Amino acid sequence: MSSQPLSNQPRPMDFESPSMRRNTTRRTATNYFVSGLCILATVLVILPLIAILFYLIYKGASSLNLAFFTHIPAPVGEAGGGMANSIVGSGIVLLLASLMGIPIGIAAGVYLAEFGRGKTLATAVRFTADVLNGVPSIVMGISIYSLIVVQQKHFSALAGGVALAIMMVPTITRTTEEMLATVPHAIREAALGLGVPKWRTAISVSLRTASPGIITGCMLAFARVAGETAPLLFTAFGNQFWNFKLSEPIAALPLQIYVYAISPYDEWHRLAWAGSLVLIILIMVSVTLVRIFANRGVLKGGS
Amino acid sequence: MSSTRMTPERESSSPLPVPSPLPQPPVASAPNATPAPVGVAPSPIRDFLSKRGSGTFADNSFAAVMLLCACSIFAIVLFIFVILVVHSRLSLIQFGWKFFTRQAWDPVSGDFGALPFIYGTLATSLLALCMAVPLALGVAIFLTELCPRVLRAPISFLTELLAAIPSVVYGLWAVFVLVPLMRDLIGPFLYKILGWTGFFEGTNFGVGLLTASMILAIMILPIISSLTRDIMNAVPNSQREAVLALGATRWEMIRIGVLRNSRIGIVGAIMLGLGRALGETMAVTMVIGNHPDISKSLFAPGYTLASVIANEFSEATGDLYLSALIEIGLALFLVTIVVNAIARLMVWAVTRNAPARVN
Repeated sequence: MSSQPLSNQPRPMDFESPSMRRNTTRRTATNYFVSGLCILATVLVILPLIAILFYLIYKGASSLNLAFFTHIPAPVGEAGGGMANSIVGSGIVLLLASLMGIPIGIAAGVYLAEFGRGKTLATAVRFTADVLNGVPSIVMGISIYSLIVVQQKHFSALAGGVALAIMMVPTITRTTEEMLATVPHAIREAALGLGVPKWRTAISVSLRTASPGIITGCMLAFARVAGETAPLLFTAFGNQFWNFKLSEPIAALPLQIYVYAISPYDEWHRLAWAGSLVLIILIMVSVTLVRIFANRGVLKGGS
Repeated sequence: MSSTRMTPERESSSPLPVPSPLPQPPVASAPNATPAPVGVAPSPIRDFLSKRGSGTFADNSFAAVMLLCACSIFAIVLFIFVILVVHSRLSLIQFGWKFFTRQAWDPVSGDFGALPFIYGTLATSLLALCMAVPLALGVAIFLTELCPRVLRAPISFLTELLAAIPSVVYGLWAVFVLVPLMRDLIGPFLYKILGWTGFFEGTNFGVGLLTASMILAIMILPIISSLTRDIMNAVPNSQREAVLALGATRWEMIRIGVLRNSRIGIVGAIMLGLGRALGETMAVTMVIGNHPDISKSLFAPGYTLASVIANEFSEATGDLYLSALIEIGLALFLVTIVVNAIARLMVWAVTRNAPARVN
């Protein structure tokens, strides 16, 4: 009995053997080599970003002027002109999209987090939202075209808004759900224990507590659709003039950038750079605001 | 923290209820039943409770509205599918399955086939994946395992900025920076070194499959790297400690302890990137050259499913032309749905039991 463990004892290892030392050297070298590759990869990823931002500022800033913000596009051959109508048009389309997309997205998120815990239906909704998030934006464009534009027989700002709203819904739903899931159950129980009805608890307690995160989600979705061009090609269509009617084609910043970028005129290329800079600044500002919001959330400090 | 705070409270409150149960039951039960309606002690809370209804109706209708909104997500997917099928029925009937294996694209004589677009889409997406995946994995490994804590937030912020840049701006940048670079520098260089393979032949205009793949790779990088980072963060630290305790180097720890545990999720993340690459429209349209050809050379102009829709949809004359384009959209929709569904399931399988994300 007692002799068996003794016979099974491992031989003392020779840590100083040359083969072992060579092995260790090789392994350490591999370690450093791969670490170096990872650092190189990170640098290679950040480089194009810096290249794009730098080039955008370099090209865009020199083309930005007051006329850009106050004038509508000039005809080919004439100097000057701006993208005022595109900026306003983008704002109108995005406002429409937000008005439709944000309430539906938040409501669906509330269902997933507050009512659908553990239900098969909720899992299915969550899965569908994730899948819908990956559907190409151009598909949204042609389906809204087929639904609204074909029926109305003309392109319209409304159709553009609907297309973008559909793209906002899944993103907002998922972030709302995730944010509501971080609200501690004790808070809900406290409200329900005081006799507050469930709908009131969901709105005034859960949603309110998670509101910084939900605003983050909404702004991320907003920033994502703000730069979308493909779904607007066949819905909002673009317009060289002012338009404030929802039932008519409307100009949008990404559309106008696209039209100018593929045009052969230098003057229009200049405007495309300036427009891109304005678009990027809009998006960066909202993303940065999101960061600040998210880092200062109600939930961060407490519980 | 909370448990230490809880105990004194419980101790201080316990003396009060303890004496009350003994004398109360006989005395308290009788007043409790009668004075409430009479209003011996009209407290604002009791007032509020008696005025307020049961709230069942409001609760139920609120839940119903929320459920309706949640179901609208199903409705959206279903509606996209139905509308695309209905509007592409002309071409569905005319060409059938052969639509996807025919190479013809002749709007004038009404002869349509999607093979060149399928080839272009697959070629650019796979090439983009080949470029983006190693880089994205490198970034994710760097961010989760190697990066000093100070740099972690700024670098992940920068890579996420890459995701925030709109497609059309990438396209603009590619047209004016990447295309000349390809034409004058990278293209000739590749031809000199790898020209014998036949992949880098023909006239190099700068626009073509390779340029489109490069811009696609930049665009899908942040998606893959941020998902991979989340997946690798979900690997429990005890795994890492266990491998390190056996005497592994840091790289061996990453390979054995982290990558092996998260490989399913990483494949899922790569497939999500693939889904994005398949449907990316504007940037690709601007640099791919837009010519329905199937050519071995990567310098040759091509066409993708998404870019043919973007380019020709608004000028499509004739119902058959339009319905052929919508059928291409339908194909794109179904393929991305399937790819995304599989990828999501893979990512979920890995991150489901993970602890809540720590930013």
